[in-house]
Amino acid sequence: MKMFTINKLAMKKLLLVFASLPLILIVQAAVANEVKIGVTAPIDASDHGSLQRGAKIFINKCLNCHSANYMRYNRLQDIGLTEKQIKDNLLFAGEKVGDTMTVAMNPKDAKKWFGVVPPDLSVEVRARGADWVYAYMRGFYRDETTPTGWNNIVYDKVAMPHVLYQMQGEQVLNHETHKLELVKPGKLSPSEYNAYVGDLTNYMAFMAEPGKQQRQQLGWWVLLFLGVILVLARKLKKEYWKDIK
Amino acid sequence: MADHKVVETSGQSSGLMGWIDKRFPLTSNIKAHLTEYYAPKNFNFWYFFGSLALLVLVMQIVTGIFLTMHYKPSAAEAFASVEYIMRDVFGGNIIRYMHSTGASMFFVVVYLHMFRGLIYGSYRNPRELIWLFGVGIFLCLMGEAFFGYLLPWGQMSYWGAQVIVNLFATIPLIGPDIAEWLRGDYLVSDATLNRFFAFHVIALPLVILGLVMSHLIALHEVGSNNPDGVEIKAKKDKATGIPLDGIPFHPYYTVKDMVGVVVFLIVFATIMFFAPEMGGYFLEANNFIPADPLKTPAHIAPVWYFTPYYSILRAVPPIGISQFPGVAAMGLSVMIFALLPWLDRSPVKSIRYRGTLYKKWLAAFVVSFLVLGYLGTVPSNVWGQFGPWLAGADRATVVARIFTVVYFAFFILMPWYSAKDKTKPVPERVTG
Repeated sequence: MKMFTINKLAMKKLLLVFASLPLILIVQAAVANEVKIGVTAPIDASDHGSLQRGAKIFINKCLNCHSANYMRYNRLQDIGLTEKQIKDNLLFAGEKVGDTMTVAMNPKDAKKWFGVVPPDLSVEVRARGADWVYAYMRGFYRDETTPTGWNNIVYDKVAMPHVLYQMQGEQVLNHETHKLELVKPGKLSPSEYNAYVGDLTNYMAFMAEPGKQQRQQLGWWVLLFLGVILVLARKLKKEYWKDIK
Repeated sequence: MADHKVVETSGQSSGLMGWIDKRFPLTSNIKAHLTEYYAPKNFNFWYFFGSLALLVLVMQIVTGIFLTMHYKPSAAEAFASVEYIMRDVFGGNIIRYMHSTGASMFFVVVYLHMFRGLIYGSYRNPRELIWLFGVGIFLCLMGEAFFGYLLPWGQMSYWGAQVIVNLFATIPLIGPDIAEWLRGDYLVSDATLNRFFAFHVIALPLVILGLVMSHLIALHEVGSNNPDGVEIKAKKDKATGIPLDGIPFHPYYTVKDMVGVVVFLIVFATIMFFAPEMGGYFLEANNFIPADPLKTPAHIAPVWYFTPYYSILRAVPPIGISQFPGVAAMGLSVMIFALLPWLDRSPVKSIRYRGTLYKKWLAAFVVSFLVLGYLGTVPSNVWGQFGPWLAGADRATVVARIFTVVYFAFFILMPWYSAKDKTKPVPERVTG
């Protein structure tokens, strides 16, 4: 009987230690990663409409200079597109639907034009975080001191020009308040533009790990299975240990 | 029962087992290590971590085998091949996350296992060799983790390896040559990746397996310690020769460990399926940028399990321009565990019967380890600077120095405080 209570205590401790470990780390990480970005990207992996709009923006606007070498076009089926839709709407240069999203621009030319080769964006969201990407796409402003005439509030002296300026319009940085001000409106209103780059960020988050949703769904089944095994294992243990005094 | 036993061990049993037993000591080994290995009946929570470490080892080997089927150990292809595993290999993302989560969880489990040894005096006579094999496993595990971390060929992989290999370059006279010999190049490159791959997938796993075998053989020779630190073999049943406080490992501890395994797997699966990056502690964000030898990241921090030692490395000031003192201190901070059996002069083994002096030192050590571990994850200017009275020194560096001293004092002063400590009387039998 005494053994039993001690064991119960031990199990509780085991659970407590293991359960608190992730908590401690996550809380610490949340504190550590508190970069002053100030915006939260509207990430919703289940919103296929948003993801599809984002994919279209990405392929039309980003893929001219940036590659996504690890992303296959046909993986867009995961966000509700059919193979035919992908072929008809998103393949422009004779790619096959199973190809990855490569870029035609020669890296040497890119280096000459921009000073750097535009980075591959397959896993950009995993490297920088979705909030950063979202803030970056909203953070361009006019700056005559840079070669492109553009600067970015989250990436000082960035080599990339503001590709979406026709959508967003032109912003300038108010050096007193340190805030961006829209001086020349674009095709979209500020809230429309936020939704526009929100879709783009959402898509890039999907592209950074297309298997994420499926992995999480599988996770619940695994936990359910382990929960059942835990009940059985505890019963078996109690049965064997009932004689040990 | 007794007759039955004699028949089997003499190798005269019939059937398949009998056939095998005449040619291979299968039954006698099953008995020696499972059904007639008598473990103390009072194992508590802390005793789950040995078997869990074995479980994680097997998991790492199996997932590792599947990863090597798709991974390409070349500087040009490594990063892409990992993404290929994550996207195009069936179940590849699960296997990769099992392996990356397993690496961190291995250290969680091993640190808790070592702490168990510390609090119950499991390293004491007659278990010194078990402890030494264990320290060997720990060292190899650190090497294994380090070599493995280069393989994804991300920015942190690359620059982490650059930093660690350069530690060897600080050794006076021969250092730079050693570093070059380890890298196989003047900087971390394709040649380095190739050899680290070889170390990671075959050299060190072989050594680790051998050491784990030795660890277990030595353990089963002398028998397990327990939370009371009393030798159960001292009190045996006169008729059977079985320790009075011993129970057969199988089935009792196999069914008990099974519960621990399932609880562990629940935690493991929760991390693996829902937070495999663990907020940047298990998989660092910077490592999703391919290695770039021309771009040094602003802040290079090792993975969490190395950070206490990394803190010690940073805390020890250089002599002249030589960084060697820090490197030596870091090496010593790991190796010093091996001396524990000879540093501890207490008449008792278990913390249950030790006095407050030892407990205070142990607490100080644990706090040091955790604080150093935390400081190793952040830049040394994280807490700002002291005023002019301390020459504007980084606060975190000064704190790390203090805790480095405490860390070493725990070991170096142990012969003194462990002998001086007031102990409580140890019972003759285990107390449960």
